[in-house]
Amino acid sequence: MSSAATTVPQSAPEPASAAPGVAQGAGPDARQSAGQGAAEASAAPAGITAGPEPETGTAAAGAAGPSGGVPASRKPAADYADYPLVPAPRPWRWVGTAVVALGVAAVAWSLATNPRWEWGVVAQWFTAQSVINGLVETLKLTAISGVLGFVLGFILALMRLSSSPLLLSVSWTFSWIFRSTPLLVQMLLWYNLGYLYEKISLGIPFTDVRFFEVQTTTLISQFAAAVLGLTLNQAAYSAEIIRGGILSVDQGQLEAAAALGIPAWRRSTRIVLPQAMRAILPNAFNEIIGLVKGTSIVYVLAYSELFYTVQVIYNRTQQVLPLLLVATLWYVVITSVLSVFQYYIERHYSKGAVRTLPLTPLQKARKFFATHAPVRSLR
Amino acid sequence: MSTATLAPPATRGLVEITKVRKSFGATEVLQGITLTVEPGGVTVIVGPSGSGKSTLLRTINHLEKVDGGFIAIDGELVGYRVRGNRLHELREKDILQQRTEIGMVFQNFNLFPHLTALENVAEAPVVAQRPGKPRPSKAEARERGLELLDRVGLKDRAGAYPRQLSGGQQQRVAIARALALDPKILLFDEPTSALDPELVNEVLDVIRELAKSGTTLIIVTHEMGFARDVADTVVFMDQGQIVEQGAPKDIFTNPQEERTRSFFSKVIEPAFNI
Repeated sequence: MSSAATTVPQSAPEPASAAPGVAQGAGPDARQSAGQGAAEASAAPAGITAGPEPETGTAAAGAAGPSGGVPASRKPAADYADYPLVPAPRPWRWVGTAVVALGVAAVAWSLATNPRWEWGVVAQWFTAQSVINGLVETLKLTAISGVLGFVLGFILALMRLSSSPLLLSVSWTFSWIFRSTPLLVQMLLWYNLGYLYEKISLGIPFTDVRFFEVQTTTLISQFAAAVLGLTLNQAAYSAEIIRGGILSVDQGQLEAAAALGIPAWRRSTRIVLPQAMRAILPNAFNEIIGLVKGTSIVYVLAYSELFYTVQVIYNRTQQVLPLLLVATLWYVVITSVLSVFQYYIERHYSKGAVRTLPLTPLQKARKFFATHAPVRSLR
Repeated sequence: MSTATLAPPATRGLVEITKVRKSFGATEVLQGITLTVEPGGVTVIVGPSGSGKSTLLRTINHLEKVDGGFIAIDGELVGYRVRGNRLHELREKDILQQRTEIGMVFQNFNLFPHLTALENVAEAPVVAQRPGKPRPSKAEARERGLELLDRVGLKDRAGAYPRQLSGGQQQRVAIARALALDPKILLFDEPTSALDPELVNEVLDVIRELAKSGTTLIIVTHEMGFARDVADTVVFMDQGQIVEQGAPKDIFTNPQEERTRSFFSKVIEPAFNI
């Protein structure tokens, strides 16, 4: 392999027909075309083209001597197409792979063989009706607060980008307050709103006109407090994400759309948002995945979502770790499903932003097996 | 709106710019520009960078609001309406309608990267309100879009996304996109400045074709050879003012002002001695 590689540059500068003459008759023949032949000969062993005129013919002939064997391997470049390709050796990659594989195996082994994980208990509770009910509540909280949070966040982002100083500062203050206070505190505050305001009413401010009045404690149930807390908190974060996405779209895009007379709403939905989505989506999915697990904080309101449910169960059965494992596995399942969605949605919005769409995992696998055929060549 | 429809066809695309001023912070970019662009003609604006050429172009379709003076197209004010003896600012909706009669081609194309070439061309006609013209259906807009792409020689790339096209091809799609609304006036803001030299001509050829079509063209460019070829009027701007204007052969061969002469002596020679 190595000898073949070094001959490649040599064959290029010299005409192939000149090669045998130099090789066979090192002494007298070379002298016939002293300048030319010598230049070729001195070029051959080094693999580079010759410099200026060589000093003497005899010196050049001497130099040609040791390289007598080389020309035999000179072939037209096209021939190498049939040579099998040998990948470059990468020993450290193999070492790294071995170390990591060993570590993974050790963890798997301990998970499988340590009886204290109590996999039997995990399996027994994993699909129990009460756990499934809790899971449904968790999904419900995530979906409702996620959707409401992003809708409110979108409005807040538009307010923040508006040129009205009032809208701008209200939006800023909202994000400032809800990002600066712990979610736990917000949650408890909403739940105890009845202590601060006994009744909630809808009417005309600063008058006695009331259309509608209700006891705060009946309006703010555990569910309502949970949704309220999660939504407002989510809105504060998603507003920033959406704002960042909108800002990432080139100003020229808006100008071009305006110059074409495209109406404002259409400009946002058809031109700006689809491009902003590329910047919004990775962060938005981060937030949603955070929200899935964030719902577990609702346990402080004694609301029976997934995490509170397993707590209730292990307080009764004392199988703490296996039940926490049940909840954990469900969170992993939800997150994994979301990640798959994320991949395909991001792929959808990358249309036009990349020259060719990235392959789906399935396409990648197919390509892997197609290109990792046993023997490859440069044919 | 009414003045535009009543005007005889011969005055389609008359642009009157009167004492237009515009400042960015402390710098006055346009210092009282007055210029009349004849309908159907080709006006090329040249001058050193920072002379206010692009800003002037952008005030014509109200992408840039003027600080003083006014601009009228076929007698209709851009961005304002006269009622009584007051100037009322137009609402966004009305400004958008005015813009549909003024196409614009940008230096860096500004094609919508997430839409195909055809979608770029067919988008605006379907959604934009145009005075006195019905909105075409999606299918009609696509058909017309294909015609326009054909006209700029890119019918076979209709399904390609802008990033899959060369710079010259992208700019030709952008020209087709501007033509899709049948504008009276086309503004070109340095259409070849972002292109590799060997791609410049394919874009200039398309503009040359358009020059014969009777649409009013206003072109800001640094291509002096092209300006001499295609222009009816050449306007030389420097430091926010029009220094000199006239027919290309007068301006290029016999400039009256010292500033014009010194500018051309720097930029023309390489273009003309080929």
